[in-house]
Amino acid sequence: MRITRAKRVIIPLAGVAAVALALTGCTGDTPASSSGTAAAGCEDYADYGTFTGSPTVNIYGTIVDVEADQLNQSWTDFEKCTGITIKYEGSQEFETQINVRAQGGNPPDLAIFPQPGLLASMVAGGYIKTPAQSVEDNVDKNWSADWKTYGTVDGTFYAAPLMASVKGYIWYSPAFFKDNGYTIPTTLDELTSLTAKIAADGKVKPWCAGFSSGEASGWPGTDWIEDTVLRQSGAQVYDDWTTNKVKFTDPQITKAFDYVGNILKNPAYVNGGFGDVTSINSTTFQDAGLPILQDQCAMMHQASFYEAQWPEGTTVAPDGDVYGFLMPPATAGGQQAVTGGGEMVGAFKTSDEITAVQTYLSSALWANNRVSIGGVISANKGLDPNNAKSPLAVDSIKILQDPNTTFRFDASDLMPAAVGSNSFWKGIVNWINGDDTQTVTTFIQSTWPQ
Amino acid sequence: MTTAELLNKIEQVVIALAAFAAVIGLLLFLIDRAPKKRKDFFQLVGFVAPAFIILIIGLVYPAIRTAIQSLYDAKGNFIGFDNFVWAFTQPDSLVSLRNTVIWVILTPILSTVIGLAYAVFIDKSRGEKYFKALVFMPMAISFVGASIIWKFVYEYRPTSANQIGILNQVVVWLGGEPVQWLQAVPANTVFLIIVMVWIQTGFAMVVLSAAIKGVPTEIVEAAQLDGTNAWQRFLHVTIPGIQGSLVVVVTTISIATLKVFDIVRTMTAGNFDTSVLANEMYTQAFRAGEPGRGSALALILFVLVLPIVIYNVRVLRKQREIR
Repeated sequence: MRITRAKRVIIPLAGVAAVALALTGCTGDTPASSSGTAAAGCEDYADYGTFTGSPTVNIYGTIVDVEADQLNQSWTDFEKCTGITIKYEGSQEFETQINVRAQGGNPPDLAIFPQPGLLASMVAGGYIKTPAQSVEDNVDKNWSADWKTYGTVDGTFYAAPLMASVKGYIWYSPAFFKDNGYTIPTTLDELTSLTAKIAADGKVKPWCAGFSSGEASGWPGTDWIEDTVLRQSGAQVYDDWTTNKVKFTDPQITKAFDYVGNILKNPAYVNGGFGDVTSINSTTFQDAGLPILQDQCAMMHQASFYEAQWPEGTTVAPDGDVYGFLMPPATAGGQQAVTGGGEMVGAFKTSDEITAVQTYLSSALWANNRVSIGGVISANKGLDPNNAKSPLAVDSIKILQDPNTTFRFDASDLMPAAVGSNSFWKGIVNWINGDDTQTVTTFIQSTWPQ
Repeated sequence: MTTAELLNKIEQVVIALAAFAAVIGLLLFLIDRAPKKRKDFFQLVGFVAPAFIILIIGLVYPAIRTAIQSLYDAKGNFIGFDNFVWAFTQPDSLVSLRNTVIWVILTPILSTVIGLAYAVFIDKSRGEKYFKALVFMPMAISFVGASIIWKFVYEYRPTSANQIGILNQVVVWLGGEPVQWLQAVPANTVFLIIVMVWIQTGFAMVVLSAAIKGVPTEIVEAAQLDGTNAWQRFLHVTIPGIQGSLVVVVTTISIATLKVFDIVRTMTAGNFDTSVLANEMYTQAFRAGEPGRGSALALILFVLVLPIVIYNVRVLRKQREIR
């Protein structure tokens, strides 16, 4: 085909036009919201002051998609009343990018850290500024001492907690339990005997589990072990374990592996609806609990956020299709100890508007605003549990706010990455695939950085 | 992103392209105006320098940095060759070294043999074009895409449920029990290698098919007159005739195999003793926070690939000399 001179120009032009048109489709133009700057309803925000010249505060974090929209929604009133614009940017590459940005001299004003370890390494790099007294006052007032320590590095307070999640829920079908006369166990031993009883009745396998999660495969198993360690051996051993004072090969840790192994590595107890023991490794954690709905398995261990995984139309309530009970303490009536996760807000710069935002985010006002929108919980003591959108969230908030609850951060988030996000996961996968506890714990211990 | 931001981005791209064109234009102009006396030299520098500079920034500098980094631990202390000692003593990395060796032996041999056999069988047959296209098609699929396809092939469901993986469905039809293919150590490495072979066979077949057509018909006919059978002709005429292409195919696939990463990461993430060097390198550097160990593994990989690359280049050069 011969191309005329005119065509020679038109073809690339048409190409450019097509690309431009296609790209316009990617933009998320929204009509500018009518800015009715009525001072009405701003009484709650009076303490934060009003700013002129509309200063902007940049926040960077791991929260994306719907949850990011909800986060933005949680501070619209604050923005309206104070005149501060909060610009939130979420990225799934946060953990690596925050290093790049801090070192490159281009840090955000505030960052939402999902792991205390990452915050600590940023503090060690000298990037994090100590917050104003108003932030620390809020934290002292609204959070337990456990939570404050996760934002504290070497005795200096740096970051206020934000949201939280509770791990160690055991999901079950209330109707199935009632029909068969099963009761919710109150000790770890009762959990074991309930397991044996369900297996002996022979209707279903007592447990289902799924550890597959791409390159992070194995993490649901590390949660199992962590929950058991905290309940069997207590908070002190748990803390020492995260700092390598108590080794993986220590009897107090292997005891937890044995307890979990008695359940997960017993072909009579797993893997309801999926197959044999090794199918735990090939089942994704998202799918793991679904057989409960078909009465093909009785229980599944997973954090509170599994609530989002149930198919549309599933009622999550104590009298609904599924519900969760917390993994019981070792002894009856023992103090409740839970593991979980959460975020910490650290500041890279200081200014009055940053302080205002930081203070707001650590306040009970923000926690109530955010939790009312739904989907998340917080350990903020000023939070009214009834603001939460689901019975399980109400439950979780009550547990977190209970002064008798011992809260510990997910241990694998506190361990060095070489262990916490590599060999611990891998070890669990090998363990389920047949390696014995001795081999696995020795392997994980050997990878602890010297 | 709003439309204004998009327009802004497009504007930036246009400016960047214009600046690039201006720099190139200026460069060409200056070379053209270079003093008569040493024009050749200036022309050489002018044209080679940009590529050279980019090469230094993009290849030489990172290579040197990686080499230096491999001598440090995660905290930035100099530890000499400890990372290499680690690479050759830890069970984890030894497994990935062993698997890499298995990969690099099996994949090129299987791909080349299957590709060659296929090329010979369909040679001069009716519909050769279509048979070729059929086998060449997997080359067009990305490694990750191919891995996801094969993950479904190997998918496991318990006996009681409906199978969704074709392989286990066949096993069930034959009256067997479904198998966890990807967790069956050590056979699972072979199941992963099959994916790579599936992709690379098309490449081997196309190159070798072209080479076979290049074998002079006179020699084949002469051999025929001498009373050779088909197998003898293949062994003593075709094979020596396509030797050069065979070497290129084997070495090219070997290099691709040494660097394999996508298949392992997508299908097993290196679990169940299937990790290979490139996967372990990524895991150590980016997940375990041990850039030193990752760099050491990268260097080992580099050293392993290097001789094959050199050999490949030399064979290619020799062929050119013959022509």
